[in-house]
Amino acid sequence: MIRVELPAHLRTLAQLQGDVQLDVAGPVTLRSVLDALEDRYPVLRGTIRDHVTLQRRPFLRYFVCAEDWSHESPDAPLPPEISSGKEPFMVVGAIAGG
Amino acid sequence: MSRVRVLVGTHKGAFILTSDGKRQSWEVSGPHFAGWEIYHMKGSPADPNRIYASQTSGWFGQIIQRSSDGGKTWETPGGGLQTAPGGMPSGESNKFLYDTSTDTGKPLTTHQWYDGTQHPWEFKRVWHLEPSLTDPDTVYAGVEDAAMFRSTDGGTSWHELAGLRGHGTGPKWQPGAGGMGLHTIVLDSGNPNRMFVAISAAGCFRTDDGGKTWKPINRGLKSNYIPDPNAEVGHCVHRIAMHKSRPDVLYMQKHWDVMRTDDAGDSWREVSGNLPTDFGFVIDVHAHEPETIYVVPIKSDSEHFPIGGKLSVFRSRTGGNEWEELTKGLPQSNCYVNVLRDAMAIDSLDSCGVYFGTTGGQVYCSPDSGDTWTPIVRDLPAVLSVEVQTLA
Repeated sequence: MIRVELPAHLRTLAQLQGDVQLDVAGPVTLRSVLDALEDRYPVLRGTIRDHVTLQRRPFLRYFVCAEDWSHESPDAPLPPEISSGKEPFMVVGAIAGG
Repeated sequence: MSRVRVLVGTHKGAFILTSDGKRQSWEVSGPHFAGWEIYHMKGSPADPNRIYASQTSGWFGQIIQRSSDGGKTWETPGGGLQTAPGGMPSGESNKFLYDTSTDTGKPLTTHQWYDGTQHPWEFKRVWHLEPSLTDPDTVYAGVEDAAMFRSTDGGTSWHELAGLRGHGTGPKWQPGAGGMGLHTIVLDSGNPNRMFVAISAAGCFRTDDGGKTWKPINRGLKSNYIPDPNAEVGHCVHRIAMHKSRPDVLYMQKHWDVMRTDDAGDSWREVSGNLPTDFGFVIDVHAHEPETIYVVPIKSDSEHFPIGGKLSVFRSRTGGNEWEELTKGLPQSNCYVNVLRDAMAIDSLDSCGVYFGTTGGQVYCSPDSGDTWTPIVRDLPAVLSVEVQTLA
């Protein structure tokens, strides 16, 4: 079970409270986790990644085990702490604006 | 007794203000979509309980919200929780893809950038939602970078009317300081095939075939901030407005100049007359008097506030040129707010109500066609848009 932690606005949008818990089939990667998240919550399509290019939106970051994975390959395997659910995969909004 | 419902989009959420026909006592609900920019909300003329909202964020992109009960509850059409295969459709409602098909004409990939080079067309947000006059499930969206989309399934899926960008002048369009947005859509109630749009900074365009083909309608506009002041496109039109009884007459607040056309945009003439400044953003038309129009003069393009800190609405009862200043109830000192292009609306009660919102968070109402004004609310986030529904 993968745990995904989302920014507050996206939790509200998806009518979520707390972390998302997802089953991910096959290799656990940025791409497979986000695919599973968007399959479960279609309203999140386009809010984290571009609809077509699937590029990360500029003001969002991906944090994995206290490291910034925003520029890692979307197909790189995530660490066991993520695939086991011990640590959450974090989507973090940049601190900007007012 | 008739009622009014005022839909207010702000920098940090949406608010709905309701009153009976006296428009003296108001109920305020909100913030809806707290923390998000609500560029625009508008109700369907065919079903007042159907309201569309453009919810947007620099972080998370574009969301379309829809209400079917007058704003009490909202949904993201096509974007609900996927509970089972074959259940809710996927989240298409947030998906605005520019048409790149060769089947639909001349798909564009670039427009003019600030430095004169060509720049890729990139979707940023929906500035304006214009529901169909006859079908609650049909709605048009004006977006940045400038293009027009249509949904015929209640906002679930969107398709570009590609003939607008593809008619030939698209590569010459360029963004103004606020971006390159299609911000105004005017539908002709007598002719469903005719629509008008306005784009900053390109100008006005008209279709006479339901959106398949478009042509620029900017003859008579003069803009000294572009190399050829009389160019076919490149004009920073801020807003256009029409009275439904006279669809060939349009009024325009341009970056500078208040303009009028009597031939559906084929030619424009200036009607700024005795205005203290002809810069501004909003313009609107009285519900029952097609020659009565309203503007809020703003000092200049570099000083976006009223002259001398005095907030005034100007009204012309002669279709322009002769203007009277309306100040009763409006702050006459130390007021340095702006009134943005989508932030004025007119109800259709017998005693016509006029509304506008400010970047200082006030929403003013005049229940007597502009003679007197009262703030409905004073301290909202910066107001981006105001629309009003007149309810039976």
